Amino acid sequence: MRILRSRAARAITAALAVGLIATGCASERDKEDSKGEKDTFVFGAPGDPSSLDPALASDGETFRVTRQAFEALLEHESGGSKLVGGLAETWESNDAGTVWTFNLRKGVKFHDGEAFNAAAVCANYDHWFNWKGTYQSSAVSYYWQTIMGGFAKNEDKETPEANYKSCTAKDENTAVIEVKKPSANLPGGFSLQALAIHSPKALKAYEAQEATAKGDAITYPKYSQEAGTVAGTGPYKITKWNKGNKEVTLQRFDDYWGEKAKVKNLVIRTIDTEDGRRQALQAGDIDGYDLVAPADVKTLEGEGFQVPTRGVFNLFYLGMTQEKNPALKKKEVRQAIAHALDRENLVKTQLPEGGKVATQFMPDTVEGYSEGVKTYAYDTAKAKSLLKAAGESGLKIEFCYPTEVTRPYMPAPQDLFELMKADLEKAGITVTPKPMKWAPDYLDATEAGSCALHMLGWTGDFNDGYNFIGTWFAEYDKQWGFRNKALFDAVNAGSKVADEAERTAAYKKANEAIMAYLPGVPISSSPPAIAFAKNVNPPKVSPLTQENFAEISFK
Amino acid sequence: MLRLVVRRLLQLIPTLLGLSVLLFLWLNRLPGGPASAILGERATEAEVARINRALGLDQPLYIQYWRFLKRIAELDLGTSVQTGQPVWDEFTLRFPATVELSVAAMIIAIVVGVPLGYFAARKRGGWLDVTAVSGSLVGICVPVFFLALILKGIFAVNLGLFPSYGRQSTGINATDVTGFAVLDGLLTGEFDASWDAISHLVLPAITLASIPLAVIVRMTRASVLEVLGEDYVRTAESKGLRRRVVRERHVLRNAMLPVVTAVGLLTGSLLSGAVLTESVFSFGGIGSFIRTAIDGRDYPVLVGFIMFIAITYVLINLLVDVAYSLIDPRVRVH
Repeated sequence: MRILRSRAARAITAALAVGLIATGCASERDKEDSKGEKDTFVFGAPGDPSSLDPALASDGETFRVTRQAFEALLEHESGGSKLVGGLAETWESNDAGTVWTFNLRKGVKFHDGEAFNAAAVCANYDHWFNWKGTYQSSAVSYYWQTIMGGFAKNEDKETPEANYKSCTAKDENTAVIEVKKPSANLPGGFSLQALAIHSPKALKAYEAQEATAKGDAITYPKYSQEAGTVAGTGPYKITKWNKGNKEVTLQRFDDYWGEKAKVKNLVIRTIDTEDGRRQALQAGDIDGYDLVAPADVKTLEGEGFQVPTRGVFNLFYLGMTQEKNPALKKKEVRQAIAHALDRENLVKTQLPEGGKVATQFMPDTVEGYSEGVKTYAYDTAKAKSLLKAAGESGLKIEFCYPTEVTRPYMPAPQDLFELMKADLEKAGITVTPKPMKWAPDYLDATEAGSCALHMLGWTGDFNDGYNFIGTWFAEYDKQWGFRNKALFDAVNAGSKVADEAERTAAYKKANEAIMAYLPGVPISSSPPAIAFAKNVNPPKVSPLTQENFAEISFK
Repeated sequence: MLRLVVRRLLQLIPTLLGLSVLLFLWLNRLPGGPASAILGERATEAEVARINRALGLDQPLYIQYWRFLKRIAELDLGTSVQTGQPVWDEFTLRFPATVELSVAAMIIAIVVGVPLGYFAARKRGGWLDVTAVSGSLVGICVPVFFLALILKGIFAVNLGLFPSYGRQSTGINATDVTGFAVLDGLLTGEFDASWDAISHLVLPAITLASIPLAVIVRMTRASVLEVLGEDYVRTAESKGLRRRVVRERHVLRNAMLPVVTAVGLLTGSLLSGAVLTESVFSFGGIGSFIRTAIDGRDYPVLVGFIMFIAITYVLINLLVDVAYSLIDPRVRVH
C-alpha cells in the first residue's frame, strides 16, 4: 500500500513537472496570433460593469463595455462632443421638436445575424416604454425616465409622466419617434448607450426573463449577467463575462457595417485601485487604463507611456447649502466666499494640465456658455468688506470634504480642501473641517443638504446646457437649499424649446442669472487623462469619456 | 470521535442564533435602512415606502426577525445590492479563489514555518535562530497591505517575474470544474492553466502567509524549546534511543500541539487578511468583493459574509480538536 501510494505520488509529480515546463510560456504565447502579432488588447477599468444590457444601467463602467458592442441612433463624433449619425445616417425633427425622423443606415447586421431596420428600432423603444414592475424603478431605468419620462402604464405616482408617444416604422429604413412635448434632452438622448439598439430576437429573449424584486433587492435578469443573449450592431460582440476573474471579453464582429476593429480581441478587466492599474501597465500586464491620477501623469510620460488628456467636459464646484447655515442666505456672504477663493491657484497647483478656471456652471465647450456672466475675482480685501457689510465678520462655517476618492473633475479632494480652507480663513471665515467617506456618507450628506460648504462635480452625458445647469438648478434641491422661482424658470426656459439657437440663447441667460444669484462657486473644468502602453496606437480620446476601442491598433 | 464532532456541530446552533440576533438588530439600526441602500441616491420617498412594504419592514420586529432567520436557514442570503445577483451565487463564484489563496498561504506558512522554528530551537542562539526570530518579528510588524505593495513593486512591476494582478492571465481559457484554478488545470489536463494560476498565486500567497508564518515560527520554536527541556526527553535519550527517534517522535510530536491550535486560529484570521491582499492584487476572490460591499453599503453581502466567517471559525476549531486528538491520544480519553 505504502509503495503504491508513493509510486502514484511520484507519477503525478513527474507529470506535473513535465506539464508545467512544457507549457510554462503558453500564457504569453496565447496573446499573439500565428503571425506573431499581438491580437488582444487588455484595458484596465476602475470598476466592474453592472449589466451587459446598457438599458438597465446608469454607470460609466457598464457603458464603457457595452459601447463597444451596442450602437445608438446617434453618436458623438470621434474625439468630440458634436452629435453625428450613428445607426441613423441623418435625422430631423419637426419645428415643434416633437416628431423625430431617422433615416437609418442600410446593410447593418446584428451580432446574432438579424437585420437592422426601422422595425428593430421601434421594437426597442416600445420594449422600454412598456416596461413594468421592477423595471419602472428609477434604480433600473434611470436614463429612460430622464430622457423619455415614464411608461405606458405608470405603476407609481412618483414616476414622471411619459413623454414618449410612439415609434413608427415608416418604411424599412425610416423610423419616426414622436414625443408629447419638446425636450432639452433630445436629440442628445438618442445618443445614450441606455437607448442603444438591440436585436429584436434578443429583446424577445429578454422579455422572457423579468427582473425580480424578490426578497430584499432588485435581481437583474440573467441575460444581462452572462454573455450569450445580448446582441447589438457594434464593432465588437461580447463573448464572455468572467466575474470571478473580473473580465469581460469581446471579439471582433466581422460583419460590422463600418470600419472593422483593428485588434481581434478586446478584454476589459477591473483593477479597482489607482496604483494597481498604473503598476499593471508598468508591468506590461495591461495595454491601457482609465482614471489616471494627475500625480502619475508626469511619471508615466517620463517612462515613455502615452497619456493623452481628454477634452474638458466636466465641472467642479464649491456647493453651498443655504438651509444649513443661515449666513449663506445672504448674497454678500456667498459673494465674499467667491472672492475669497484663489481659483487660479487651485487650478494651477491641483488640477491636471489643461484645467481651466470655471466662470459658470458649465464648461466652455457646451452650447449655452456665456461670456457675459458676472465674475468674482480673487480679492481677499473685498471678501472681508462684503462679510462686514453683511454683519458676518466672525463667520464660522462647516466644510465637508470627501476622503479616499478621486473623481475625474476632482483629483486629491483633501488637498483642494486644504487650499480652499486657507483662502477662506485669510478672509476671516473660520472653517470647521468635516471629512467623510465618499460613498455613501459624503454623497448622502451633500444630497440631504447637511453640509454647509461642500465640493462636488459632474461630467456631462451629452452636449446640451441643460445636462449641466438642469442637473442642479431646475428646481428646489436640498443640496442648495434655496427656492428662487425666477432662477428656476430661467434655467427651465431653454429646456422645452425646440429651436437650437433659441435654446442656446436661453441657456446663456440662465447662466447669467445663476452667476448673478451665485448659489455656489464654480471652480474648474479639467481634462481627465487615460493611459496607453508604448506599442499602442490609441483611439481618439473623447471629452465624454466615450472612447471607441475599435480604433485601437498595435504598432 | 464521532461524539466530539456531533457535539461541536450542535454548538454551532446557539452560536449562529446569537449572531443572527446581533446581525438583525444591526441591520435594523442602520441609517436609512435597507431601502435606501437598495435604491441608492435617486430613491423617491414613495419608492422607499414601496420597498419597505415589499420587504415587510412595516411589520413588527419579531415577525421580521423570524423571516430573517427562516431565510438564512434556507441559505437564501438575499440579493447583492451592488451586482443585483443572489448573494449565494456571488459567494460560490468567489470563494474558491479566496480558499485557494488561503490554503496556499497556509501551506507556505506551515512548510516553511515549522521546520524553521524547529531548527531554530535546536540550534538555539545560532545564526539560523537569530535570523528566524528577528525575521518573524518583522513579519508580524509589517502591515500586510504594505508588504503586498512592496512585493508587487519589486517582483511584478520592476522585475516582471510574476503577474501584477488577477487570478488568471488574459487568454487562458481554462475549463471551470471546481472553481479552484490550480486544481481544475490538473483535473482537465490543462497544465498551462494551472501554471498560470500558480504564478498568479505566488505574490499574494507570500503576502498573506507573512503573519501566520511568523507566528508559526515563534510558536514552534518556543514549544520545541520547552519540550527539549522535559524530563521524558532526557529519559528517552538516556535510555539510548536514537536521537532521530527522540526528536521526531517525542519532541516534534509533543511540540506540535500548541502549533496546531495556532494554525486553526490563524486560518480563520487569514480570511480577513485576504480582504487587503486581494485588493492590492485585484485578486477576484471574496476579499475584494467584501471591500466593495463595505464601500457600497451592500448589507446582504456583509451579513452573509459574517455568517460564513462564524461558521468557518467553528468548523476550523472542530478540525483543530480532531487533529489534536490524533496527535495526543490523551485528548481522546478525556
